[in-house]
Amino acid sequence: METAAKSASICPAKVSEILAKYSRRPDALVSILHDVQKEAGYLSEEAITEIASGLDIPVSKVYGVATFYTLFSTKPKGQYVIRVCENAPCHVLGAKAIVEALEKELGIPMGGTTSDGKFTLEYTSCLGVCGVAPAIMINEAVYGNLTPERVPLILKEYK
Amino acid sequence: MEFYRSHVLVCGGTPCVLEGCKGVRDALIAEVKRRGLDREVKVVETGCLGPCDLGPVIVVYPEGTLYQKVRVSDVPEIVEQHLLKGRVVTRLVGEAPQAGVVKYEEPTYLGVQERIVLRNCGVIDPESIEEYIARDGYRALAKCLTEMKPADVIEAVKKSGLVGRGGAAFPTGLKWSFTAKADADQKYILCNADEGEPGTFKDRLILEGDPHSILEGMAIAGYAVGADKGFIYVRGEYVLSIERLGKAIEQAKALGLLGSNIFGSGFSFDVEIRKGAGAYVCGEETGLIESIEGKRGEPRIKPPYPGTEGLYGKPTVVNNVETIANIPPILLNGPDWFRKFGTERCPGTKVFTLTGDINNKGLIEVPMGITLRRVIYEIGGGIPGGREFKMAQTGGTSGGCLPKELLDVPMDYFTLPEHGSALGSGALLIMDASHCIVDIAECFMRFFEHESCGKCTPCREGTARLHEIVAKIARGEGKPGDLELLDELGSVMQVSSLCGLGQAAPVPIKTMLKYFRDEFEAHINDRLCPTGTCGI
Repeated sequence: METAAKSASICPAKVSEILAKYSRRPDALVSILHDVQKEAGYLSEEAITEIASGLDIPVSKVYGVATFYTLFSTKPKGQYVIRVCENAPCHVLGAKAIVEALEKELGIPMGGTTSDGKFTLEYTSCLGVCGVAPAIMINEAVYGNLTPERVPLILKEYK
Repeated sequence: MEFYRSHVLVCGGTPCVLEGCKGVRDALIAEVKRRGLDREVKVVETGCLGPCDLGPVIVVYPEGTLYQKVRVSDVPEIVEQHLLKGRVVTRLVGEAPQAGVVKYEEPTYLGVQERIVLRNCGVIDPESIEEYIARDGYRALAKCLTEMKPADVIEAVKKSGLVGRGGAAFPTGLKWSFTAKADADQKYILCNADEGEPGTFKDRLILEGDPHSILEGMAIAGYAVGADKGFIYVRGEYVLSIERLGKAIEQAKALGLLGSNIFGSGFSFDVEIRKGAGAYVCGEETGLIESIEGKRGEPRIKPPYPGTEGLYGKPTVVNNVETIANIPPILLNGPDWFRKFGTERCPGTKVFTLTGDINNKGLIEVPMGITLRRVIYEIGGGIPGGREFKMAQTGGTSGGCLPKELLDVPMDYFTLPEHGSALGSGALLIMDASHCIVDIAECFMRFFEHESCGKCTPCREGTARLHEIVAKIARGEGKPGDLELLDELGSVMQVSSLCGLGQAAPVPIKTMLKYFRDEFEAHINDRLCPTGTCGI
């Protein structure tokens, strides 16, 4: 699916700058991927190849790490990534209804991105705010004590 | 130091931040100033106060009045009535069990609690090293560096009986002694703050509320084992924890409490933060080490254990946040003091996070060995709507589910395993009678299938099959023999999986089969959900 998400690629000079910040140390790979993704929105094939050659390690190794961790993505995502917690504490307090409300309101299934490239909807690991379950995270902002009725109101802030 | 007649503590823990506490804090500061009270009243943003579902919460001292669900629009009234005229704004104190006012120290919140780990949470401004020092902060480190030999420090921790609070309950002093004995040019201290166990948010709130206690505890561990470098591995999602830790490290370095030649003792210690990237399995100590080394967070085969061969192949101590937070008070007050709390076999306190169907959700710290009944009904305020208790899952999603017959079992690291469960990280998920056991079991098993790292076969295949079988039962497609299969597969995984993830994944399902078997059978044999909720 094509999206109009953030700029598709990252220029090699920017990758190089990030690698230099970590003295081109292969053991800083997780931190480097964090920084590159922050810059480009996702980890493109070009970016992964660039990182591998800059650190002098195989592309397969960088790709392996990039796909191991859920916070990294090798595909473009929407401008706002909505992460929904469906772990036990949120499940017990009605996360299913929140998922249904989000899917209905955005018109996309779980894992999808809206056609205007604005929203991506996905599951997340436990957000660690179980005292206010059910909870979701939109980019870096957390929302808790959710009800299906509150979902449209929250999304309005981003539309 | 300036003196104020009143302090208004605004909880700045994440649950309150997302309910808008920053706006409330700013409004309080502005209103106090507008009323000309800014020389008499101080507004302080603290770490977590505990009652997370009532946020934003504030406490006004010296009275100790707790206001809940405070909005910016409530601020002028609080300032005028309480701070100016000394009258409590009763409409904001909630449904107090006692007449009128809920005080923070009263039984509902702190009465049964003992605060060692959370001694500073909600009491000090976590971004102020001065306030930490004023509460005896860094005194334990000073005492160790100037009055004690490394071996004495380890001996004190051993004598205290402290065991790891991340869930594995390994004796901390013993763990340290392995690394101390190891001969190496470099050793490391790792603080495991990759808190991913669903239902657990204690480490997040400790880091947000009292970051210096972790730095101090790590430095003491470094001195004890001969390490001069530490890493804190924090979940990438914990934005505020990372921010506050970063500030704390800067402050400690500026005052010479981290860095080289601390207290002129010749001992040097530095701490760096490493951000996780979303992998539950990185909470396993060797998975965490792999991740810091820039690799996929797949656990290593043990032995060798990290104590002798850990980060970059060097001897490494890996301790959980809560374990480390216990270190400074133990060294300052002595092991005998620590043993006064909790039980003989399991001294000290435990931080629990209360979630699910319970009135007072949030963070509590209680003596080890307290019963589930007291936690739910005395501190937790019981179950909403007076509904019937069905079960509690202790220790997060990798813990077991206990029925009401076991409400009076003491909760510690040794007693719960006797009943098939675990104390684990201290997450308590309370569920009332409206929930279907199969639906909940499916939720648990889906989690493990997703989080299995795929390195070893019993876990990779086992978690997928457990989920598959439970999902079929939930859809009404279960068949005779499924329950026996779940039991057998679970037992195989427990003895053959490489790390704690695969070993613990069958624990919830096995306890559910043990205590709620009839409900599974009704789904299989009668195609019927006894609670009528799971859509079968």
